[in-house]
Amino acid sequence: MAFQNETLKKQYWRDNLRIIGWLLAVWAFVSFGCGIIFAEALNAIHIGGYPLGFWFAQQGSIVTFVVLIFVYAKLMDRLDRKYGVQETEDAK
Amino acid sequence: MDQQTLIYIVVGATFALYLGIAIYCKAGSTREFYVASKGVHPVANGMATAADWMSAASFISMAGLIAFLGYGGSVFLMGWTGGFVLLAMLLAPYLRKFGKFTVPEFLGDRYYSNTARVIGVICLILASLTYVIGQMTGTGVAFSRFLEVSYEMGLSIGMLIVFFYAVMGGMKGITYTQIAQYCVMITAYTVPAVFISLQMTGWALPQIGLGSTLTEHGTYVLDRLDQVLNELGFAEYVAVDEHNRINMFFYTLSLMIGTAGLPHVIIRFFTVPTVKAARSSAGWALVFIAILYTTAPTVGAMARLNLMETFGTTEATEMVYEERPQWVKNWEQTGLIEFTDKDNSGTINYSSNPEENEVTELNRDIIVLANPEIAMLPDWVIAIVAAGGLAAALSTAAGLLLAISSAVSHDLLKGVFKPDISEKSELMAGRISMAASIAVAGYLGFNPPGFAAGTVALAFGLAAASLFPALMFGIFYKKMNKEGAIAGMLAGLTVNLLYVFQHKGIMFVASTSFLGDLDPNWFFGISPNAFGAVGAIVNFIVAMVVCKMTPEPPENIQHIVDDVRVPVGSSLASGGH
Repeated sequence: MAFQNETLKKQYWRDNLRIIGWLLAVWAFVSFGCGIIFAEALNAIHIGGYPLGFWFAQQGSIVTFVVLIFVYAKLMDRLDRKYGVQETEDAK
Repeated sequence: MDQQTLIYIVVGATFALYLGIAIYCKAGSTREFYVASKGVHPVANGMATAADWMSAASFISMAGLIAFLGYGGSVFLMGWTGGFVLLAMLLAPYLRKFGKFTVPEFLGDRYYSNTARVIGVICLILASLTYVIGQMTGTGVAFSRFLEVSYEMGLSIGMLIVFFYAVMGGMKGITYTQIAQYCVMITAYTVPAVFISLQMTGWALPQIGLGSTLTEHGTYVLDRLDQVLNELGFAEYVAVDEHNRINMFFYTLSLMIGTAGLPHVIIRFFTVPTVKAARSSAGWALVFIAILYTTAPTVGAMARLNLMETFGTTEATEMVYEERPQWVKNWEQTGLIEFTDKDNSGTINYSSNPEENEVTELNRDIIVLANPEIAMLPDWVIAIVAAGGLAAALSTAAGLLLAISSAVSHDLLKGVFKPDISEKSELMAGRISMAASIAVAGYLGFNPPGFAAGTVALAFGLAAASLFPALMFGIFYKKMNKEGAIAGMLAGLTVNLLYVFQHKGIMFVASTSFLGDLDPNWFFGISPNAFGAVGAIVNFIVAMVVCKMTPEPPENIQHIVDDVRVPVGSSLASGGH
């Protein structure tokens, strides 16, 4: 199985890059944004005993990273199927 | 049963388990030896990757670092986990699709050049060897502290165990041992954390405990911590240090890029059956890592608070030295904690003022090592912590040694010097280079070079500045040619080494440092540890410039790139190859 033509191949790659781009934007936002650059401002807000900026730096960013990878895996799985380039069970 | 016997039993049982796995998982082919036949389930690989990744430093030192750096310690938490996002989206699936055995092999094929491959091997060996020294010393220290044997004896036992399963089983043996080691180390880490969180806040989940109130005072844990630190004159725990912001940014980024570029982690993703599995496996790896990494801040903060309250926070509550708790006495013997009663008052004054401070030595590793005793947990918990520390050091050491030995036997021997070597001889060569790597690592463990402490940062710098950009270009920029990639790798490597050496001394000999390790001399306030990201940027720029001035890569290389970008087959139905 492979792409029918050059255009589809290019489209698949462009969609892939778009997915990566959005997810890495979130990645940078929670870690470098909320965890470092805006941390001081966010510390004015508290959830329970956690100042928010501190929470992002030591808990929130890590949890977000985990979610991001699974979202990526899911979206790519869907993209592979859409373009008919998913692996079959015996493709090892 | 006394504590020492219990420790012997628990550690002995885990070692028997590792050896059992080694016998069960003997490797019979190079495919098994290098990549476990590419048959590892993604969740199992996730677990093995977590053990591979979390080293003695993560297990023993990280919570202590956070305890004493507070918010500043977040660089390690974000840096060492955020890299997996990069790895999952930018490298792992594509390199898995490429389907070969080693990282330098990709560089050699993609950049149609043995030079690129050899530079890859050099960076890999430098990064992995510097990293493995820390694991070896960690093994020796853990043994000597918990099992009351000498450092040398402990190190030898550790080497023997690794030798047995790594030489026999290669990647296959290492994978299944790492899974067992993960289970041991995560139990060892979370059990004391759950207990300490329950004791202090009534919450079993440490991640929630840190954000809730102390049962004793009714104040929030972090507020109480800041209050006590204030009283003693230390910097606040959660406060953001504005002057350090740029450095923190680059430090975190360097650790992230370095994490994604470290070969011993990348090769773990060569062991899963499909591209799809490589993607989800990275997610599972981070789940297993996150369990420890989100627990560490709780361990750090609560143990710090416990420590300070033991020493006393006001003059009236100062610890009377003769009445110090048993765990303090135990750890005094190891030299990790030391008191000097400067004013002969019989009480211990813990203070931020070095002239008045009577806690003259307080090693940060004590936060994890003494945690079960501080929280007064049963003896068996202490025994598990000992086994956990050893599991953390051994699992990472084995992964690093495999990366080194496969680079030697597969890339140097088969790839460059003796391409016609038979499968059987290559397997033998793999085993021999594994044994040799263990010997070299052991030698470095017995005679740790004076610069050992600074070298983990160097490993990340090398991975970030040389390997990561070359791998990324190889996948995402079809027109990158060998000239560009090689120039970029060398430039990143050189800039990083020069910066680290001029501040830390050549080969970390402090007297040869001509700028001194002082903030005013730092480039834009970026510390040498944080320079990997700058090296990576230099690599990107140099590679692009050189690439534009030199001929395009041949047609068939562009097909390789097309192929790694899709999960199945050749990328074009009419591709004709």
